[in-house]
Amino acid sequence: MADTLFGLDYPSWWFLVVGGLFAGYAILDGFDFGAGGWHMFFKQDSSRDTALKAIDPTWHGNEVWLVIGGGTLFAGFPVFYGTLFSAMYTPFILFLLFIIFRGISIKFRNMEPMQWWRRMWDWSYSISSIMLAFLLGVVLGNILHGMPLDNNFEYVGGGFFEFLNPFSILVGITGVALFMMHGAIYLLLKTEGKLYSRMQQFLNIGMLFFVISYTITTLYGLFTLEHLLTPYMENKIFFAVPLLVFLSIANVPRLARKEKYGWAFVFTSITIALLLAVVALELYPTLLLSSDNQENSITIYNAAASTKTLKIMMGFVAVGGPLVIMYSYFVYRTFWGKVKTDTEGY
Amino acid sequence: MEVEILSRIQFAFTVAFHYIYPPLSIGIGLLMVIFETTYIRTKKKEYEVLAKFWTKIFAITFGIGVVTGIVMEFEFGTNWATYSRYVGDIFGSALAAEGIFAFALESSALGVLLFGWNRVKPWVHLVATWAVFLGSMFSAVWIVVANSWQQTPAGYHIVGEGMQARAEILDFWAMVFNPSSVDRLTHVWIGAFLAGTFLILSVHAYYLLKGRYVVLSKKAFKITLVVAVISSLAQLATGHSSADGVAVNQPAKLAAMEGHFEAEGPADLYLIGWVDKKNQEVTGIKIPGGLSFMLHQDFETPVTGLNAFPEEDRPSQVNAVFQFYHLMVAIGMFLIALSLFALIQWKRGKLFENKWLLWVFVFTAILPQLANQFGWFAAEMGRQPWVVYGLLRTSDALSKSVQANQVLFSLILFFIVYSILFLLFIYLMNKAIQKGPQSDIDFDEGSLNQQITEVITNK
Repeated sequence: MADTLFGLDYPSWWFLVVGGLFAGYAILDGFDFGAGGWHMFFKQDSSRDTALKAIDPTWHGNEVWLVIGGGTLFAGFPVFYGTLFSAMYTPFILFLLFIIFRGISIKFRNMEPMQWWRRMWDWSYSISSIMLAFLLGVVLGNILHGMPLDNNFEYVGGGFFEFLNPFSILVGITGVALFMMHGAIYLLLKTEGKLYSRMQQFLNIGMLFFVISYTITTLYGLFTLEHLLTPYMENKIFFAVPLLVFLSIANVPRLARKEKYGWAFVFTSITIALLLAVVALELYPTLLLSSDNQENSITIYNAAASTKTLKIMMGFVAVGGPLVIMYSYFVYRTFWGKVKTDTEGY
Repeated sequence: MEVEILSRIQFAFTVAFHYIYPPLSIGIGLLMVIFETTYIRTKKKEYEVLAKFWTKIFAITFGIGVVTGIVMEFEFGTNWATYSRYVGDIFGSALAAEGIFAFALESSALGVLLFGWNRVKPWVHLVATWAVFLGSMFSAVWIVVANSWQQTPAGYHIVGEGMQARAEILDFWAMVFNPSSVDRLTHVWIGAFLAGTFLILSVHAYYLLKGRYVVLSKKAFKITLVVAVISSLAQLATGHSSADGVAVNQPAKLAAMEGHFEAEGPADLYLIGWVDKKNQEVTGIKIPGGLSFMLHQDFETPVTGLNAFPEEDRPSQVNAVFQFYHLMVAIGMFLIALSLFALIQWKRGKLFENKWLLWVFVFTAILPQLANQFGWFAAEMGRQPWVVYGLLRTSDALSKSVQANQVLFSLILFFIVYSILFLLFIYLMNKAIQKGPQSDIDFDEGSLNQQITEVITNK
């Protein structure tokens, strides 16, 4: 009796839409976070200037994906939205504050010539970027870990620091590493000369950092969180996705050695999307696992908005999605290629 | 209880702070579009200078507007989880639509607006400027629709009971065009135009007083003054229409706005006053039966008063609602008088002769900002004790799992960060204004005269 579209029910479609939007956000703002993470390791003011110019015209557009992702999650799965955000109160508030600092650091840095002024914003930009990547990972880690919920889907854990457990910290660190690898490749596409060769060294460090943290996190997850493996054991075909992740990651150093950074960027992007696909397969159709009593878990069905709303919103996405992609394409095309170091802009 | 108060203070503080910026972006955006379009059509350099200068100011307001805007989207989930679950279908849809149809447009085009002057053809840049402006106007549409639905819910039905109760969409267009959407949207748009235009008038009046960019500023001042005259008059119309709507749809709010307690009786209209809630009295200057006349064109027609509602169903802060509403109206009237007076002076050819008039314009920039804030405070406090009028109480809308110390912690953080942000905003605005348009062509009569004098004396 449930309404379906091409054989799939609407909550499942919406799970895909929201997942796709957050994957888009992670890929796009991910390289901004990564570029920001490397920022404090640049020694010269001119390098920092170029690195900042590499993301300045487009980061606003990237942040839109967060706003849209949040809106579609709110509208599509309001029960999940309320529970997750209130349960993860502290990390989300910190996320907001770092989003503010990241944005104003980019905006304000070049508005004054003083050294101390620029240093201050360089640091705040860099630390904010790293913390944003870390906090996104921490929240994801908590979702994978599950949390105690009551029969009204309210979070019944508590306290300030509940969101920090070994697994969520590991996922957070892996997030930082992933985005720093991704951001290093983005900067390689946008820079030349000395900064370019410096970024090549950074990329090697970034790749190593990612492979180590990813391996540790995966092993820790497999040994301590049994429920993560269940869907894979039930459908062995799912193992294809982690295999693709492995191949995709392996491609990155191979392409980097040949200095094919355009393709390397494609593969870090694919890696991000595939890692989220691994998460999606682990969860579906659950959104938030109740760790005490599985009956109270939030699923895409008990959290979903009405089918009518989901249908209306599918219409929004069908009409608006191509528009958003068109705008992004236009802006990226306008600023394609290496950063021009002449002083343009406002 | 403590969590409720803290969460309400936090939301009010973050949203009020946010609301300094989007109206400025919309209002400055309107003039940016006018300046740049005029430049493309006439090819006159001074309009390009104006467009570029105001784009710089716009960049500051827009940047802060965006980063402080995401905060509210998250706060619905963090602090108002029960509300989020209850209204997600409807309120969430409007937020999602805002992101997809408005915010994406303005944020993408912003890159081209700010960094594209030398990268794209002039007409492409003009399209980007229009896109940013229209995007911000569309943003206002969805945000006001979402808020208006909280004031006058329509096109929904309630499913489930108790903690599981939720409002679901029955009729999408009835939800979008709920009884107060259109009135409130036009009121918000024009309020934003006023915030932007009076800032522009203020800055150019300041230049005129200092004898800087005189020719340029006279031109900018006149164009902007025309927009200000039209907007301030139009605001009277949308305000009146809004008040009529409130009388029909939210009688308790209207009664609080005028301090009208008597359940069914002719209502007075106060110019100024003070509400004594305990004794149900208002002291002040009034037009007896004025409110009845405004609504029904008759001084005797009864208007529903606060006493018609049970104590727990009406706003508790009657005096605050009264004062915010009256201050907003007073500012609106002052803006009409000021802009009309300036228009008359212009017709007499005396617009730039009165220094005091220019000084008044310099300081008036703050007033539309205050009016916008006061208007929202009246609207939101007047809706209490409901978060969704008649359906969901604010006290029931909280996140059950969040503790008071968490909210106190975030409130303090927001307070510190926003204080820094506000100081930076003032500092950077002041700097950009002091620096001025810095055009390579000198339109300045003053310095031109000076140059001529120098040339002559050297001879």
